[in-house]
Amino acid sequence: MIDEPFATGSTLFHKRDPKIKIIGTTAISMVLALCTSIPVAATGCIITAILLSFSRPNFKLLSRRLIQVNIFTLFIWITLPLTYGKGETIQLSFLNIHLDGIRMAALISLKTNGILFCFLALLATSSTSSLGHGLEKLGVPRKLSFLFLFTYRQLFVIHQEYLRLQRAAKLRGFTPNNSLHTYQTYSHLFGMTLVKSWNRGERIHQAMILRGFNGRLIPLTQPQPGKADYYFLFVMLLISLFLAGLSFVSVSQ
Amino acid sequence: MHISEGILTAPVLTGGAVLTTVGTAIGLKKLDYDRIMTVSLLSATFFVASLIHVPIGPGSVHLLLGGLLGLILGWGAFPAIVVALSLQAIFFQYGGMLVLGVNGTIIAGPAVLCGLLFHPLLTGTRKKQMTAGFLAGFCAMFLSAVLMAGALYLSDSGFLRVAGLVLASHFPVMLIEGVITMFVVSFLARVQPEILSLTP
Repeated sequence: MIDEPFATGSTLFHKRDPKIKIIGTTAISMVLALCTSIPVAATGCIITAILLSFSRPNFKLLSRRLIQVNIFTLFIWITLPLTYGKGETIQLSFLNIHLDGIRMAALISLKTNGILFCFLALLATSSTSSLGHGLEKLGVPRKLSFLFLFTYRQLFVIHQEYLRLQRAAKLRGFTPNNSLHTYQTYSHLFGMTLVKSWNRGERIHQAMILRGFNGRLIPLTQPQPGKADYYFLFVMLLISLFLAGLSFVSVSQ
Repeated sequence: MHISEGILTAPVLTGGAVLTTVGTAIGLKKLDYDRIMTVSLLSATFFVASLIHVPIGPGSVHLLLGGLLGLILGWGAFPAIVVALSLQAIFFQYGGMLVLGVNGTIIAGPAVLCGLLFHPLLTGTRKKQMTAGFLAGFCAMFLSAVLMAGALYLSDSGFLRVAGLVLASHFPVMLIEGVITMFVVSFLARVQPEILSLTP
């Protein structure tokens, strides 16, 4: 269930330096998140979709991911047209559909998906560990990036541990239903996972102290941004500037 | 329990980012390298909790257990939750980079508050411990839902009814969180009390 299906590949996007990609994603998603006009959001969405297509993601996995995230957008489409705004309404049998609500829902869907595309094209094409080291280079406190990298490292272990306990419960005939017994069983499974991870943490800490750990993790590969990376950054910043300019034009109109 | 990217306005995003930065900074300051390994494992466990689906009525909800993390880690829960949230954004694209600040405040703020508030109760009898567990789980989720509704409302007052819907729909989740946290606390108090900073 936990994996990074888009991180492997050899496209232009996969080869770029993670630091550059973090800056690019921040710039583009900031402009998209703050824009208030549908045409600008739509343009942004199209541009980021093109970027995403360059990173050649697996289509099946991509569509599954998009559906998962858009369940929330669906919620917006169900609620906003009925509740948002005071302007014109369309009468649809007994429902009052607000046009403002439809506009708002469309804007939010475009923005959400535009940022999602950008995220998938730029960040999901890097491995989590290289992003963690990239964050540290970009000035994130060392303790925090350490926490990030180690949480990532232990995630799979803890998940396996939990699944193992869950399997054991199943083998003993546990079937979840709406009862206090079910909740208690889940709590104990989770409590046991906590106990195990707590003790595992202690053991890892001791092992690392023995190996001379001083609070710094040194990555095996330390990529330096090259010329191509800077060109890439330039293009990304250009895209965000273009979108920002477009929003100013649409506001002044 | 995430707000997606692209919904909130700049002032709310900035406010959330500032609060989360301050909270994380305090949390990191109180955390020394001797405890960091434990915190990262608990952060991973918190991430795994969000993959556990517990049945409720005809459907199921996933756990959050912020209150529990607050009880165990106190201020350390802040960076732990922020890290888990950013990993969720990277793995599943839930939430995002810019709303990380707001989502962090929504989940980690109440977690730390409830943890600090109810931790003193844990030294009492078993009944008191269970009460503390229930209250921490329930109140953390309740405050998170209130903050989430507040963030939506502050962004655009037209979201008022959606915000109300969010609050109402989280009520069963609060009860589940309370009950699960209660049982986990009583389990931990018996099995390994030092996790809750209690002397055996």
